[in-house]
Amino acid sequence: MTTGPSAVELDRRAYRRSRARRSTLGALASTLVFALLAYLTITNAPGWPRVRATFFDLEIARESVRPVLAGLWVNLQVLLIGAALVAVLGLGIALLRTLRGPIFTPLRIVSTIYVDIFRGIPLIVVLYLVGFGVPALRLEGVPTSGFVLGTAAVVLTYSAYVAEVFRAGIESVHPSQVAAARSLGLSHRQTTRLVVLPQAVRTVTPPLLNDFVALQKDVGLISVLTVTDAVRASQIIVGQTFNFTPYVLAGLLFVLLAVPSARLADHFTVRALRRQQGGSR
Amino acid sequence: MPTTIRPSLSSAAVAGLAALLAVTLAACAPEDDTGGTTPGVSGSADPSDGGDCGPENLETLEEGMLTIATDQPAYEPWMVEDDPTNGQGFEAAVAYAVAGQLGYADDAVTWTRVPFNAAIQPGPKEFDFDINQFTINSRRAKAVDFSSPYYTASQAVVTTGTSPAATATSIADLQGLRIGAQVATTSLDAVTEVIAPTGGPAVFNTNDDAKLALENGQVDAIVVDLPTAFFITSAELTDGKIVGQLADTGSGGDEFGLLLDKDSPLTECVSSAVDALTKDGTLADLEAEWLADVASAPVLE
Repeated sequence: MTTGPSAVELDRRAYRRSRARRSTLGALASTLVFALLAYLTITNAPGWPRVRATFFDLEIARESVRPVLAGLWVNLQVLLIGAALVAVLGLGIALLRTLRGPIFTPLRIVSTIYVDIFRGIPLIVVLYLVGFGVPALRLEGVPTSGFVLGTAAVVLTYSAYVAEVFRAGIESVHPSQVAAARSLGLSHRQTTRLVVLPQAVRTVTPPLLNDFVALQKDVGLISVLTVTDAVRASQIIVGQTFNFTPYVLAGLLFVLLAVPSARLADHFTVRALRRQQGGSR
Repeated sequence: MPTTIRPSLSSAAVAGLAALLAVTLAACAPEDDTGGTTPGVSGSADPSDGGDCGPENLETLEEGMLTIATDQPAYEPWMVEDDPTNGQGFEAAVAYAVAGQLGYADDAVTWTRVPFNAAIQPGPKEFDFDINQFTINSRRAKAVDFSSPYYTASQAVVTTGTSPAATATSIADLQGLRIGAQVATTSLDAVTEVIAPTGGPAVFNTNDDAKLALENGQVDAIVVDLPTAFFITSAELTDGKIVGQLADTGSGGDEFGLLLDKDSPLTECVSSAVDALTKDGTLADLEAEWLADVASAPVLE
């Protein structure tokens, strides 16, 4: 008796391969046709020469690269510091919101109000209130730097979102898991740390990374508080030249920044799916 | 055997899809309604005689009407009470004077409010000309048309009495301080190039933000053009103070021009109207009426 696949199975595999090739070719052809049509439509538009001169000026792009990159570095700093703080604060608020027991009612109320308020206020308004309002108090020792206050405003807003994501993850862990852990003699704290959180965090990793990508772009808003980030650096050159090329450049750089995070999110999603479904696909 | 269930992706369907795309894209293509006009026709004769620059010949947005744009809000002393139609404030007065010179009565002038980016974008414009302290420079002139200058402004450093900048007497005294300016202005260029503060400039979205930060002590001084400096120190800031004006970078200050669409058929006529108003002293009179005596501010070296 042979151990290899049967002739029928081999035939089936060959057929699947040929179908895959065919659909790849089809996708390639339709993509090329679409790209060609889009290219021809845009480049034949009556305003194209001016659009090209205004948005795709190589000389201005070259002179913008250094200031815009320097700005992007500021974006990155705010992003990394902000993301770390958001993760801690968001998880803390989620844990407060999911506390059981009547004693913790005030904590639950406070954290619920916090989430409601900061998910509701537009980030730009939070930036103005924190960035110009806090220094107006003229308290000793309170920072007046746009970088610090801007990062604080971003953290306040994003922690509210991330807290809700964590809470959803915590509540998605089946009550039987908690019951089982408590019946084994684990305390509430141990149950949360060893049983609930590991499962919750794994479930919500993809949406968390999605929020991380959103944060990547929103850190640029702290430019209203005099922080010269990539967008503000572009805006300065736009003001000097009346040419929008620096914006296009900044946009491309932000895309480059977002792509690794997006791929990482995909990777985690696929891995979580594979683990949950245990090879049943 | 498997071939019996193979559905065929018909090439006709692909062709149909492509055709559909082509139609959709073609329908999306914008028409250029300014491209067909011929700027040479109306302005071919010498515009300075005024004969070809009347309302009957000018290809304005709306026939017989002159549409003038400015940003919102508009600030004093350039416009008064954010209302350009009252003709008060230097730029409102200049706009009506230019309109009058071109032969438009005051009631043939309509105002529209256009933010900065909308004024400089490459698409069709919603105005015949825009007046909003646009400084003329050669790089900007690649993207838009400018009229002849109607005013030349220098830049000034504004602070409050309690700020460390209040005692500064030279540019060197300012370099270690936090200096702010509004983005996309020549005031910002002056901060970067003339003062060159060691910590870099603090860049604000608007002068209002900059004023607030100055009063909060988040910046030590801000740079604005001199007429604005006189206005905000006298009327807006508590304990406001002009440190001095910046010795200009060589060109004699920032020349403000009216902004028009690139290759607008109106540019020549609007420019010659401004030239005529300069020559007959109207602009100087309006300056004396609306702008403070700017010579009194010390020059920082």
